[in-house]
Amino acid sequence: MSSPHIRRPASVQRVMMTVLVALLPGIVVYVWQAGAGILVNLAIATATALASEALMLRLRKRPLWIALSDGSAIVTAWLIALILPSIVPWWLTMTGVLVAIVGAKHLYGGIGQNPFNPAMAAYCAVIVAYPALMSQWPSIDGVDFATQLHLILGGSREIDGITGATALDAMRTGLRNQNDVRSILGSGTGTFGFAGGRGWEWIAAGYLAGGLFLLVRRVITWHLPFGFIAGMGLMAGVFWLAAPNNFPSPLFHFASGGTMLAAFFIVTDPVTGTSSPLGKFIFAAGAGIIAWVIRTFGIYPDGIAFAVLLMNICVPLINHATQPVPVGQRKDSRP
Amino acid sequence: MKARIFNPRGGVKPDSHKKESSESPIRHVPLPPRLAVLLIQGSQGSARTIVTVGDRVLKGQCIGEAEGADGTAIHAPTSGTVTEIGYYPMAHPSGLSSQAIVIEPDGEERWITYEPLDPATADRDELILRIQASGIVGMGGAVFPSHLKARSNIKTMIINGAECEPWITCDDRLMRERAANVVTGSAILALLTGARQTLIGIEDNKPEAIAAMRAAVRNMEPVTRKCPGAGKMNVVAVPTRYPTGERKQLIQVLTGVKIPPNERVTKYGTQCFNVATAHAVCRALLHGEPMVSRIVTVTGNVERPGNYEVLFGMSIADLLAFCGVKPDTTRVLMGGPMMGFALPSLDAPVIKGCNCLIAASNELFPPSAPEQPCIRCGDCVDVCPTGLQPFEMYWASRTKNLDSARRHHIFGCMECGCCAYVCPAHIPLVDYFRFARSEIRARDEEQKAADQARTRFEFRSLRLEREKSEKAARLAAKAAETRAKAAAGGNAALIADAVERARTQPPAQDNAEQDHQK
Repeated sequence: MSSPHIRRPASVQRVMMTVLVALLPGIVVYVWQAGAGILVNLAIATATALASEALMLRLRKRPLWIALSDGSAIVTAWLIALILPSIVPWWLTMTGVLVAIVGAKHLYGGIGQNPFNPAMAAYCAVIVAYPALMSQWPSIDGVDFATQLHLILGGSREIDGITGATALDAMRTGLRNQNDVRSILGSGTGTFGFAGGRGWEWIAAGYLAGGLFLLVRRVITWHLPFGFIAGMGLMAGVFWLAAPNNFPSPLFHFASGGTMLAAFFIVTDPVTGTSSPLGKFIFAAGAGIIAWVIRTFGIYPDGIAFAVLLMNICVPLINHATQPVPVGQRKDSRP
Repeated sequence: MKARIFNPRGGVKPDSHKKESSESPIRHVPLPPRLAVLLIQGSQGSARTIVTVGDRVLKGQCIGEAEGADGTAIHAPTSGTVTEIGYYPMAHPSGLSSQAIVIEPDGEERWITYEPLDPATADRDELILRIQASGIVGMGGAVFPSHLKARSNIKTMIINGAECEPWITCDDRLMRERAANVVTGSAILALLTGARQTLIGIEDNKPEAIAAMRAAVRNMEPVTRKCPGAGKMNVVAVPTRYPTGERKQLIQVLTGVKIPPNERVTKYGTQCFNVATAHAVCRALLHGEPMVSRIVTVTGNVERPGNYEVLFGMSIADLLAFCGVKPDTTRVLMGGPMMGFALPSLDAPVIKGCNCLIAASNELFPPSAPEQPCIRCGDCVDVCPTGLQPFEMYWASRTKNLDSARRHHIFGCMECGCCAYVCPAHIPLVDYFRFARSEIRARDEEQKAADQARTRFEFRSLRLEREKSEKAARLAAKAAETRAKAAAGGNAALIADAVERARTQPPAQDNAEQDHQK
């Protein structure tokens, strides 16, 4: 046994548990705003993640307990449940989690080895495979728990009247129909709140609160969330200032869709991100910019997942370009 | 004067565990039945034995003289009889043995007398020679021969009283109890190195030591006042942080100068000495006492933790027994818990670099949790005092991508262990780096040997080729000559030529040849 002979009481498990705790404010607001159905989805996702993680560990002949107890699979599961519409059938949640744990994580060698963010890979897979189901978002307070349960457990999907366009969808459709931003926001469909989607903006605030907790606990550094918000805000701000009738404000983008969840919980995944502070900023800002572009010019409900995967591809390049210089060394000694 | 502090990057703040051993005065250890003084005290500077079995020696008498310009002398730690010159285990992670001179004490502790030297009047070379002859080496643990460092010419001298490793308190006690000697020794070193200012860095978790040292600087003895550099001596409280006590780190904290890992501190006009080294210099020059003992912190899982004045050559097992080592001790660390190592054998004698012995139990030092995969969280990057990317170095080492490891400055790593200390995946990062470095060194050696062999072979081929072509050219020239003659004069000319050759052969040789034929 060699030096150092002492260790700080730190563990991967503790890091993951802190992330789960930080997700709780957002989940509580979610339940308050949109009903308890999300809890069922979280349970389905968690069970699927643990079972598939155990299966893959067994197949790969790895010790079960260390990897199962590290909590990383649960974090992935919760993120997937939170980014899917809350009334998707159970098997869609399971499919997403399986794609993440089996495909994006273990086929690449398990925790620490995967190049793509598992939750984002899962989202992209299911949105491409089931675009209709993935666009059925319940209107914020229009669905009671019994109906949610009925839909989640695979009952007949008579969803007219209980689903509604999300804020991003409504905005995109409105703009495409040559309406201006102000009239879309004031159209009174109950879609929009004070900043983003009605109700959803509070859930975003919950994620923000949890994210600030992660910053305080130093699980994440400011470079990633700030970079993501700055990247998206820069694009949104420039276009909004140039043409406020045709482009919604940065605030609308921050409070809508998955911006807050992505800024604090998704681009902050250390495994699939960059290493140096500058690299982190570039990675997150790039994701923010691409997400805005897809939101504005694309056809998908949100563009964050694609943006993150695209930036995942750029990680080796960013890492190569942003290696820090050791103390006292000259710039050209960069690795 | 309020000194400026330059905060370096990284570092960690482990539990200090200083109070266990720092609160009682330095104690003496009774004379052991025998002392085995190793001829090799550190990786640099060895001695050649100049006594034989049966010799009577006095305390402080030189028993091994410095071997070469880098060597350092060793001295009898007490008066007695040389009973054996044999091999003893070294206090070194390798567990190798080295030659030691074993002395059986006579219990009288009779000193040999050396003339003190007055630093104000004595010649610089004479002073440096005395430092070498007194066997003074770096006491912080590196055991680098001090006379080599004293020879440097610098502007700023750093005296290291930081003692940043947890558990260790020997420098703390030394500064509290013998501050005057430390300050005097520092002034002498400043004189030798030509330093214009001296900064004594002490971590702020040792307020008593700081106060004692400040008082000692104020009340400096007249003899040292004459030393230039002594006038600008400043005791600076530095923030408690590991590894501030590493010399380049301390230089950075005190002067703001950032010295890259592969460069010498003297290039930047600085040099760093440990407080205990300064103390030893003072004893050697002003009191004529060579190095025969040091203060050792014995702490951890022992009944009587504290600081002990220990003669070199005392068995570590005996010392631990005296301090009441508890039975559930699993291993003994030499040095601090961050950079020290587990002693392969407790029969090793105490050496000059032995600043601390920590008896470790599973309770005090729980075994590390099993290693998990790296999640690239970057905690190791945040704490690395050198600004390296430990996890990149880890991935490179793990995959034996040695070029990448080197590119990520794996040789800039000082093995302080901060990265492994904070790693949430419990990866023994320093072990990976040691492994990769030895692999790179081995590969470089192999490469060098192969290059040499190739060069040799290529030269040999070239030489054979050249000889062959030269020979061919010679033969061709001769043949051409013969042919030319044949063409010129026909066979008659050739025969005449042969007759001529036979006649001009020396007759003596002819006779010898004829004799031989008979």
